[in-house]
Amino acid sequence: MTATAPAVPDDAEVAARQRRTRLSRMAQYSFLFLLFAFMATPMLVVVVFSFDANRFPAIPWGGFSLAWHRAVLQDEMIADAFLNSLKVGFGTAVISTLLGFAAAYIDHRWRFRGQSAFVLLVAMPPAVPVTILGMAMLAFLSRIGLFGTVEAVMACHVVLATSFAMALIRLRLGELGPEMEQAAWNLGASPAVAVLRIVVPFCKPALLASFFLSAAVSFDEFMIAWFVGGVHETLPVRILNLLQGQVNPKINAIGTVVLVVSITLVLLAQHFARVRASQLAATA
Amino acid sequence: MKTPFVSLKGVEKRFAGHHAVRGIDLDIAAGEFIAIMGPSGCGKSTTLRMIAGLDEPTAGELWIGGRNMRGIPAFQRDTPMVWQNLALFPFLNVAQNVEFPLRMKKLGADASRKRAGEWLERLGLGGMGDRMVSQLSGGQRQRVALARALVTEPSILLLDEPLSALDAHLRVRMQTELARLHRELRITFVYVTHAQSEAFALADRIVIMSDGLIQQAGRPQDVYRAPVNPFVANFIGTNNLVSGRVRTSGGGQIELDSALGAFTVPATSTSVSTFASGDKATFVVAADRVALAGEGAAQALPGHARLHGTVLGLEFVGSTQTVFIEVPGSDSEFRVQKQQHEIESLGLAPGQRVQLSWDPQHAWLLPQAA
Repeated sequence: MTATAPAVPDDAEVAARQRRTRLSRMAQYSFLFLLFAFMATPMLVVVVFSFDANRFPAIPWGGFSLAWHRAVLQDEMIADAFLNSLKVGFGTAVISTLLGFAAAYIDHRWRFRGQSAFVLLVAMPPAVPVTILGMAMLAFLSRIGLFGTVEAVMACHVVLATSFAMALIRLRLGELGPEMEQAAWNLGASPAVAVLRIVVPFCKPALLASFFLSAAVSFDEFMIAWFVGGVHETLPVRILNLLQGQVNPKINAIGTVVLVVSITLVLLAQHFARVRASQLAATA
Repeated sequence: MKTPFVSLKGVEKRFAGHHAVRGIDLDIAAGEFIAIMGPSGCGKSTTLRMIAGLDEPTAGELWIGGRNMRGIPAFQRDTPMVWQNLALFPFLNVAQNVEFPLRMKKLGADASRKRAGEWLERLGLGGMGDRMVSQLSGGQRQRVALARALVTEPSILLLDEPLSALDAHLRVRMQTELARLHRELRITFVYVTHAQSEAFALADRIVIMSDGLIQQAGRPQDVYRAPVNPFVANFIGTNNLVSGRVRTSGGGQIELDSALGAFTVPATSTSVSTFASGDKATFVVAADRVALAGEGAAQALPGHARLHGTVLGLEFVGSTQTVFIEVPGSDSEFRVQKQQHEIESLGLAPGQRVQLSWDPQHAWLLPQAA
C-alpha cells in the first residue's frame, strides 16, 4: 500500500476482505466439526451398539434390543461394581470439596513460609503418572493395612480430586477480596462465623462445581482403583476385567451407562462454574 | 477535654519492612467528628484499621470507651466501618446486608428485619430491601453501607474514604447526609480521607498525618490559618513557602535571608525564643494574602514586601482563581488566590510580568526548612 492510498478502502478491497474472513471462518468451523467428530464418534459407536441385537458389533445393525442392558442389570458383579463406584464417587466428592476448600482458604487467608510449596503439593497428584501413583499408594496402603477396601480407593481418589477442587475454589476466592471477610468481623462475626456466613456462601457455585467434578474424576478413574481396590472393583475396573475375558456386548451397555453418568456430572460441574461467571457479570 | 472516648497512646504499627505508624498520640472526644488526612501511605488507614481491631498495634496503647483494646478482636469491638469499596455482601439482598450485624448480635429474625427496615427508611432506601446490591446505583449502595454500619447503633463510626468512588455531584450530597447523621446521632465519627474539601467541610477537628506521624491536629480554621510546620503548610495547598535562614531577631520583627531576598515577619513572644540567628526556617505567606499588580503599576504600599515574577498560568476554581507565578530563584511557583473579578480587571495572561506584594503582618515563620 502506498502513502497516497485512500483512508476509505474501495469496494473491491472490502469484498476481498469479506471473502477472506468467510473462508477463514469456514476453515475454523470445519476444524471444530472434525475435532468433535473425532472425539464423539467412538462414544456414539458404543451407545449405538449397546442397543444392537447382534452378538458382535458389526454393520449392518441387527435391530434394536435392550438385551444387553438387561444383562448388565442382572449381572451381580457389575451391580456391585456400580455400587462401589457410587460410594467411592460420593465420598470422594464430599471429602475432596471440603479439603479443597480448606486448602484454598488457607492459601487465601494467610501468608506463610512455604506457601507456594503447600499449594504445589495439593495441586501435584494429577501431574504424576497414574501408574506410579497407583503403585506408590498400593505399597503404602498395604503397609498400613488399608489395602483392598472401598475406603482405600476413596482415599486415593480424594488425593487426586482435591487438586481439582482446590483449583476451582481458589479461582472463586481470588474474587472475594480481603475486605469482605474483614467487614464481617467488623460487623460482629467471629472468624469462624464469617467463614460460614460469608466465605462459604460466596464460594457456593465453586463448591458445587468441585463436588460434581470430583465425583466425575473418581467415577472415571481406573488405574488407581485397579491397584488398591483388591476384590472391590469399581465400574471402570469391572469393564477392563470384562474386556480381558472376552468381547462381551455387555461392555457397550456399561459403557453407555458410564458415559451418561460422567457427562451428567461434568455438565453439572460446568453449569455451576458458569454460574460464577454470570454472577460476576451481574455485579460488574 | 473530658475523658476521651478513643485514646491512642504512642501507637505504632510495623509491617514487614515498613513502619506504617511511628508512634501517635491522639484523643478523640465522644461525639466528635474527626478527619484524618494525609497523602497515601501516611498511615491514616492503618490508624483507622487499628481502631477497628483489623490491625494490632505493635507498640503503644489503644483505649476505646475506657477499655484497653489490646487483644480484643475486631468482632468484639463494636466499631463499624464504612469501607472505601463498601464491602457489601453480593449474595445477600439489601435487607439481609443491613440485618447481618444484628443477627451477629443474636437479635431475633423478626426484630432484625424491623430494625433494618427502619434504618433503610431513614436513609431513603424504603422499599428496596428485596433488591440485590448489584441492582443499586452507587449512591444507593453507599447508603446501604451506612445503614449496615449504623443499624446496631454504635458509639463510633469509622469511615475509610467512603466517598472516593462517587462522582462530584453525589459526593456533595453524601457529605450533607453524613453531616446530618452526625448531628442527629451525636456519636463519634472518625473519617479518613485525602480530600481536603470533605475534611474541612465536615470535621470538628482535622488530623494531618505524614510518614506515620501526626503533623498537626486542630480545628479546621486553625490548621488552615496556622500550619505548624512546612509539611502542613504545603499540604493545605494555599500557602507560599520560601526556605532560608534567620538573620536577626528582635525589635518587633524577625528577618530571614532567602534566595529571593530578605523577608520580615512580625515577632511574637514565642517566635523570638524559637528562632535564633542562623537557624533554618521557612517563610510562609498565604496565597490569598498576596496582592497582584502589573509590573508598571505604582509602588506597593510602604512597608510591604515586593517580588517580581512571570505569570505561568491560571486555575479557575469557582468564583476564585489561582494564579501561578514564576519568581526567579524560587524552587516552586508562587500561588496567588484572587476573586474572579479582580483577575479580570488586571487582565492577566501567561507570560505577563507582575508585581507581588503583601503586608509582612500576614506572613510568618515555621521552624526547619521546607
